[in-house]
Amino acid sequence: MSALLTDRTILWLSAAMYLAGFAAGLIALALRRDTPASRTILNALLAGGLILQISGLYLRGLSVGGCPLGNKFELVQFVVWSAMVLYFVVGTAFRVSLLGLFTAGYAASLAVISLLVPEWDSPARLKLFGDNPWIELHAALAVFSYGVFGLLALTAAMHLLQNWSLKHKRLDGLFWFLPSIVQLDQINFRLLGTGVALLSISLAVGASWWLRDTASADPAKITVTVGVWLAYGIALLLRALGRLVSARLAWTCVALFAAALLSLGPVNQSRHGPPASHLRLP
Amino acid sequence: MSSGHSHVFMFGASHHTAPLAVREKLALDDARVARFAELFRRAPGVSEFAVLSTCNRVEVYAVANEAGAVAQAQAALCAATGCQPEELAAIGRSRQNAEAISHLFEVASGLDSQIVGETEILGQVKQAYETALERKWTGPVLNRVFQKTFQAAKHIRSSTAIGAGQVSVASVAVDLAGKIHGDLTRTKVLVVGAGDIGLKTAQAFQSRGVRDITVASRTLARAEETAAATGGWATTLARLEEVLPAADIVACSTSAPGFVITRALVAAAMATRRARPLFLIDLALPRDVEPEAASIDNVYLYDLDDLADIAEQNLAQRQAEAAKCRAILADRTAALWPQVAQSLAGRNGTTRSPGD
Repeated sequence: MSALLTDRTILWLSAAMYLAGFAAGLIALALRRDTPASRTILNALLAGGLILQISGLYLRGLSVGGCPLGNKFELVQFVVWSAMVLYFVVGTAFRVSLLGLFTAGYAASLAVISLLVPEWDSPARLKLFGDNPWIELHAALAVFSYGVFGLLALTAAMHLLQNWSLKHKRLDGLFWFLPSIVQLDQINFRLLGTGVALLSISLAVGASWWLRDTASADPAKITVTVGVWLAYGIALLLRALGRLVSARLAWTCVALFAAALLSLGPVNQSRHGPPASHLRLP
Repeated sequence: MSSGHSHVFMFGASHHTAPLAVREKLALDDARVARFAELFRRAPGVSEFAVLSTCNRVEVYAVANEAGAVAQAQAALCAATGCQPEELAAIGRSRQNAEAISHLFEVASGLDSQIVGETEILGQVKQAYETALERKWTGPVLNRVFQKTFQAAKHIRSSTAIGAGQVSVASVAVDLAGKIHGDLTRTKVLVVGAGDIGLKTAQAFQSRGVRDITVASRTLARAEETAAATGGWATTLARLEEVLPAADIVACSTSAPGFVITRALVAAAMATRRARPLFLIDLALPRDVEPEAASIDNVYLYDLDDLADIAEQNLAQRQAEAAKCRAILADRTAALWPQVAQSLAGRNGTTRSPGD
């Protein structure tokens, strides 16, 4: 591997592809060309960005000897990767108009910010998860669920925009291409369920190890993680009961994701104490 | 045009020059088209032709090598329809060669339509061509011109925003329902008011695949009459409170002096609907739906002015796009015309009667 082609360089290239996808989507929208050709260009750029991101994270994984979740930079990159993987699953399954554009903007902004803040990429501890694949699975699932919540925040934002445009009778430009209220509501519900399920499995795996060694994770991290899980779980329950619907559910999802992102700080902080003999949960 | 030189021409009248009463007189049904063809195909020098007759235009496209062919077309139209020659002369317009081709391109692309960008005209042009082709009225020149016309119209439709946005109130309402509910085939539509507007709105939803339509009117008999026309159910306004919670889309057009659907009625309905949004379309004057109903979450209320504003915006956007479309079509005409001219030059001195 050339000295110039480091994992960060590849991740920069990936971010550039996401940015190019966002620009292509914006241009198509400005020209009112939501055509199969414009969607193909956008998806090709995003797919290219995703392949580069996988390559960059793989190289980083090789150098740290495990899943690259050792610092804030890696966490954010992993969250972006998760959202992009989900976009290719959800976007294809639901054929959600404009979701590609929103995902491109989201992925490009988070990826670029994570690359622009060198402090976030502090040297990661080697063998962060020891040789325990269950702890690694717990961490990967937890961060993947954040990716789901990220995509949920995007579809929730689209719901809010569509709701605003319909309520205020502003249906020109971007608004005309947004998916229907019912479609967005169904996607929000499904993503919320998926995210809560993934986070629940992650916490169940983590809890089973924590019960064997209660000193392996600090209380602050447990409080924050369980708090995020509870908040999303309550939102899911209220949505299922029909108590939290439409725009109020969308606002809740956006606010919860902002809180979840902020929670990455304390979660990451808790793992950077002096090396201990215990296994550390992410 | 000098005698003996083949040329393409168009002659006819449209909504631009002819009022509705005159267009009614000029309209060509199948029998009149046959009568016109019988007369025109015998006109000296006419080798190919096709007849386009819609509610907004009657136009003849032809290839002839006689300068008087346009007058022959005019005379045949008068004979077939009973229209007075001086009346037709006053409203008739003709185009020659590249201009005739350019005109056909614009007609088929919806640029010359009363509602700019409408798509129905392309089907009508195709039908006119198929009739002419079946009856062997067309030949190599018009066949090529019409094939290129369809390609041009398709290109305009797919590469510009000429067809974007609906321009009639009922269609705008149906489009908005799609922005709220997505797939309309599973939605339930409640039409409040059994008059003409209610019927047309119900039919607009029916044309988009809605199967579950309920018509509510002051009297059951009146509701049943409209419901029968749309294959829907009938009920009375007295049962509104009962049927409203089940509806996804409510279109109101009664002549009631006060609000038929109040905020309280909508709030009560929404309490039982959980996550399902409600689209209220108020087409009545005075209004049927209390405006404050719009403040309820997941309720979207549009009145007549709102829908008309959107229709006008869409129409303005289409008209702005039309200039761009004309430039595209001018390029296509410029590319096609030399080929057509060469084909016409090759046939000078020869004669062929359409249908032979």
